[in-house]
Amino acid sequence: MLHAEGLHLRRGSHEVLHDIDLQLPPGQVVGVLGPNGAGKSSLLGVMCGELVPGRGRVTLQGRALGDWPGQERARRLAVLPQVSSLGFSFSVEEVVAMGRMPHGTGQRRDAEIVEAALQAADAWHLVGRSYLALSGGERQRVHLARVLAQLWPGEQGTTLLLDEPTSMLDPLHQHTTLEAVRRFADRGAAVLVILHDLNLAARYCDRILLLEQGRCHAFASPEQVLTPAALKAVYGIDVLVQAHPERGHPLIITR
Amino acid sequence: MKQRVQPRTLFICLSLLCLLAVWLSLALGPVSLPLFDTLRAGLRLMDLPVSADGLQQAEMILGQIRLPRTLLGLAVGAVLALSGVAMQGLFRNPLADPGLVGVAAGAAVGAALAIVGGAWFGGLPEAFAPYLLSFCAFVGGLGVTALVYRLGRRDGQTSVATMLLAGVAMTALGGAVVGLFSYLADDATLRTLTFWNLGSLNGASYDRLWPLLLVAAGVALWLPRRAKALNALLLGESEARHLGVDVERLKRELVFCTALGVGAAVAAAGLIGFIGLVVPHLVRLLAGPDHRVLLPASLLAGGVLMLFADLAARLLLAPAELPIGIVTAFVGAPFFLFLLVRGRS
Repeated sequence: MLHAEGLHLRRGSHEVLHDIDLQLPPGQVVGVLGPNGAGKSSLLGVMCGELVPGRGRVTLQGRALGDWPGQERARRLAVLPQVSSLGFSFSVEEVVAMGRMPHGTGQRRDAEIVEAALQAADAWHLVGRSYLALSGGERQRVHLARVLAQLWPGEQGTTLLLDEPTSMLDPLHQHTTLEAVRRFADRGAAVLVILHDLNLAARYCDRILLLEQGRCHAFASPEQVLTPAALKAVYGIDVLVQAHPERGHPLIITR
Repeated sequence: MKQRVQPRTLFICLSLLCLLAVWLSLALGPVSLPLFDTLRAGLRLMDLPVSADGLQQAEMILGQIRLPRTLLGLAVGAVLALSGVAMQGLFRNPLADPGLVGVAAGAAVGAALAIVGGAWFGGLPEAFAPYLLSFCAFVGGLGVTALVYRLGRRDGQTSVATMLLAGVAMTALGGAVVGLFSYLADDATLRTLTFWNLGSLNGASYDRLWPLLLVAAGVALWLPRRAKALNALLLGESEARHLGVDVERLKRELVFCTALGVGAAVAAAGLIGFIGLVVPHLVRLLAGPDHRVLLPASLLAGGVLMLFADLAARLLLAPAELPIGIVTAFVGAPFFLFLLVRGRS
């Protein structure tokens, strides 16, 4: 389990994270919400070891993140960055197969997993095409398939960190992507996902961390976090919150 | 996607081309030998029982001149191409060149120092001069690369962008130093310096060959072990780290292999441009960017291209000889422009 305690992070004189505690329990999707500059990506950076917190520590299964040998860590923790800058014409399946690098499961098993991951990310039809010929949203789904393949099938003990996986996707694929992530969590993986769309977060997350200027404004279930008062305080928008007529989760409507 | 050449087909073709290039490189020159005689003499040099009838001259030319020259060409081409792959991987840019980290500039300064400095001291002993030149070029290349690498480091991380800029600055500085030496040099020294800067496989000999062969073998054995990590690095440095690659170590290895390889190649044959840039690019066009294929294929293709360039250098103005750097630049630069224009459309 990935566990952060008392995280503080400064950039220059600006404090971007202030005393954040966060646990990612198995089987749960934890959403991170907050306005631009609230510290969402910084939090993800600290959680995956790319940024070193000024104070506080991050542990994976009780062991400090930096103490893990690279490959062993990569078998348990996968990260999908907001944008990737791959400029070489790998084929779609080659990009996804890179997710299997930390494993020694052999070509046949890897090929099966690559196919399953591509199916899960709804990108199987892109097989055989050059990565460079894809649109932004298609690339995003290929990278999602890559990190899914890295932790496939998403058992307990694996953790997936996603930085705005839906930012470039059409409405249908926003849902297929988060459904794939949801299924991953249902098999036991722990997931942290940064989102901007409040309704997507309400529908797919078990818990939501609402960040405001580097501080935790609320960390609880979507029903408890996504209230008109909280959204007014953090985003400065006036909203109505109703229950989704079919599914019951909060539905946020801007006034 | 455009159909790629199967790796097996590519390796078979490149191996055949390599054999052909070696054969031609041994046979052709100011004194051209019949191809069949070349083959027989070559077999004799390998201690195979072939009759020696009328082969004395062929055997002599082959053993003393063309075989070391051919081996030098293969090794220089292979090592430059491999270094090109390493640099394009490190900078995650298919247009990167092994000269980017300052190794070529450093080697040129080292060589200028040896040539002009040697002349100031009233000329070095004939037997000693080429070794000093190679040694200074090698040390100069390694030294400047180490400096560029050092400049790129901050807080235990290496910034590739800073290294790139530091490499550009060091290359400019190196150019100024070489220019200064050229200005101070007398006519004969200037000529030596100019020719060295254009590169040549001329004057290859076994004792100058073996350090390069050693380095080439080292680089050729080491880099393919890191092929998968290089693939991951193309995704991005943090992506590679998340896939379990020790990125700092990988970067160190790539810079070290390049400095060693290009340093040794330049020390043995002078400055030869465009091989390191064009060969990996060409192989990528044919077989895709996977380093597990790209590295060994570039090794072969680099050697082949170098031998053909050397053949052109030898034959175009025979019996005079063009510096090979001119040939590679005449072929390489338009090809590079072609790639740029093609990439835009």
